[in-house]
Amino acid sequence: MLRFILTRASLVIPTFLGVTFLSFLLIRLVPGDPIEVRVGERGIPPERLAQLRHEMGLDQPMWKQFADYIGNVLSGDLGTSIVTQNPVLDEFFTLFPATVELGLAAMVFAVLAGLPAGIIAAVKRGSWFDHGVMGLSLTGYSMPIFWWGLLLILFFSVQLGLTPVSGRLDLLYYVEPVTGFMLVDTWLSGEKGAFASALRHLVLPAIVLGTIPLAVIARMTRSAMLEVLGEDYIRTGRAKGLSEGRVIGLHALRNALIPVVTVIGLQVGTLLGGAILTETIFSWPGVGKWLVESINRRDYPALQGGVLLIATTVMTVNLLVDLLYGVLNPRIRHAR
Amino acid sequence: MPLLDIQNLSVEFTTRAGTFRAVDGIDLAVDEGEVVGIVGESGSGKSVTSLAVMGLIPSPGRVVADRLSFAGRDLRALSASQRRKITGKDVAMVFQEPMTSLNPCFTVGFQIMETLKVHEGLSGKALKRRTIELLEQVGIPAPESRLSAFPHQLSGGMNQRVMIAIAIACNPRLLIADEPTTALDVTIQKQIIDLLVQLQKDRGMALILITHDMGVVAETAHRVIVMYAGQKVEERRARDLFERPQHPYTGALLDALPERALGKRRLPTIPGVVPGIGDRPRGCLFNPRCRFARQDCLDLRPPLFPDPEGQARCYYPLGGDMWGAPE
Repeated sequence: MLRFILTRASLVIPTFLGVTFLSFLLIRLVPGDPIEVRVGERGIPPERLAQLRHEMGLDQPMWKQFADYIGNVLSGDLGTSIVTQNPVLDEFFTLFPATVELGLAAMVFAVLAGLPAGIIAAVKRGSWFDHGVMGLSLTGYSMPIFWWGLLLILFFSVQLGLTPVSGRLDLLYYVEPVTGFMLVDTWLSGEKGAFASALRHLVLPAIVLGTIPLAVIARMTRSAMLEVLGEDYIRTGRAKGLSEGRVIGLHALRNALIPVVTVIGLQVGTLLGGAILTETIFSWPGVGKWLVESINRRDYPALQGGVLLIATTVMTVNLLVDLLYGVLNPRIRHAR
Repeated sequence: MPLLDIQNLSVEFTTRAGTFRAVDGIDLAVDEGEVVGIVGESGSGKSVTSLAVMGLIPSPGRVVADRLSFAGRDLRALSASQRRKITGKDVAMVFQEPMTSLNPCFTVGFQIMETLKVHEGLSGKALKRRTIELLEQVGIPAPESRLSAFPHQLSGGMNQRVMIAIAIACNPRLLIADEPTTALDVTIQKQIIDLLVQLQKDRGMALILITHDMGVVAETAHRVIVMYAGQKVEERRARDLFERPQHPYTGALLDALPERALGKRRLPTIPGVVPGIGDRPRGCLFNPRCRFARQDCLDLRPPLFPDPEGQARCYYPLGGDMWGAPE
């Protein structure tokens, strides 16, 4: 087991290098450096520009800048944000809980809706429910996130006035950040109405972000269930006189979950990518929105650090999923 | 009154190509403590018959029968949940493929205990004790340590023993074994059959043994039913069947036994295959493969003719006019 984790961890190194290199290169390919973007149309004297660039090390050759950056990262220093002058690591971890909260809520929504939908579609294969779920999930999967988000805002927030348009909490409330998770913090604060407000703010973005994973999970669950339902051990379960609920909900689902869990793990990457759009639409103060702002401001250290940390998160989650896979599938567990 | 009483059982599957009768008007009666062998090639409807008894015909399949009763209860009249109280408890089944018939995600202990919990309401220590006892009865060494084993950690023979343990867990009155040894090594086959026969004797339960191995039937069954293309073509006591087979199909199956072909250079075979959905012949279903087919056999579909020792679906039985020519 330990050997498995170590092997997996060593595979992470090239991924890290690649991700760092790409984000480093791509942001520099965008016209305008941090200083030019900051002064905008006002202009800046050439000698002042050169001086500032020198202070930031931007006048160095590209390879040197990259080597210095890698060296700093290896010693645990992700640099400071050019815009706020705060350490990138601090900024990231201040904002990260908001993204995690949104992502978790989206995943909970996707799993709670997607699993049952896929199971029922498989059991009632060919029914109107099956066709409906598959059609809807294809639609959900194909819909652009920003369009879907704006549509939901127009309907639920603007037309019906049921949910707020943006942010995590009404301005009426102030809660001390303890965990960074608004639902938990408002709950702990005991302030009346704060928790409900946080929940109302969370619902729409979570639905928007969870739509694609929901579609993927529903389709995957359906096909995995269909495959499993034709297996001999399902017939054995029925021959034992077990109820349909037990045959499907325990014997079939337990086997169907194996591929579904893998897919859920892979969706975490999609989820963090989608968070960038979702957070921007809903002004959700998480790392996604922060990354977009970093790009706009050409905040090189913030962007590079943010991308690196998100990549770390995705890889960690995938490792955890692989470990969970062994728990779910006894044949793999014992092969190790 | 027989324990299992089936009259005119048919199982139909409707496909785009039309309706296919996998089982066609079978009568089957099994007495308490009796061992009945059902033999026939693949596709003859043996398994479908047993699945119909278990209520396990998958949804597009249609089961019709004039009578389908177990221990005096009409199985057709029972609701799904009433039927489940019988299935797995009073009527249990062992399948052909032990490696895939057990759920790979659960331990064998769990899968045996599950049956005991559902039907007998056992729990805790009593449940565990009974499970270990069952594993002992089916000849699994070190049963305590096997409780936590997964099916993939056991051999095919061991898994089949676990399947048998599950089947006999609630002391069924009827056990159906559907080609229980087909997927196993020859040496293991004998062990499994011996185990089934011994359990049948010890418990006095009825046993339907489905197989295409005539040798197994000869050793174990009291009565034999020969099936061909969904129909019963012959039925009689095992000894009579082996000594005086009447249907040419039965005769050909027996001739194909190696021990009966001593002195011959090649083992006799039956040419061709069981007719499928699209190629059922006119007249007797066996006529394309029958050495003795005459004009009547090509034109008319024979009914089952009773004779003093049983019945055979043939106009010109092998015994000829042993009991006087059938009219």
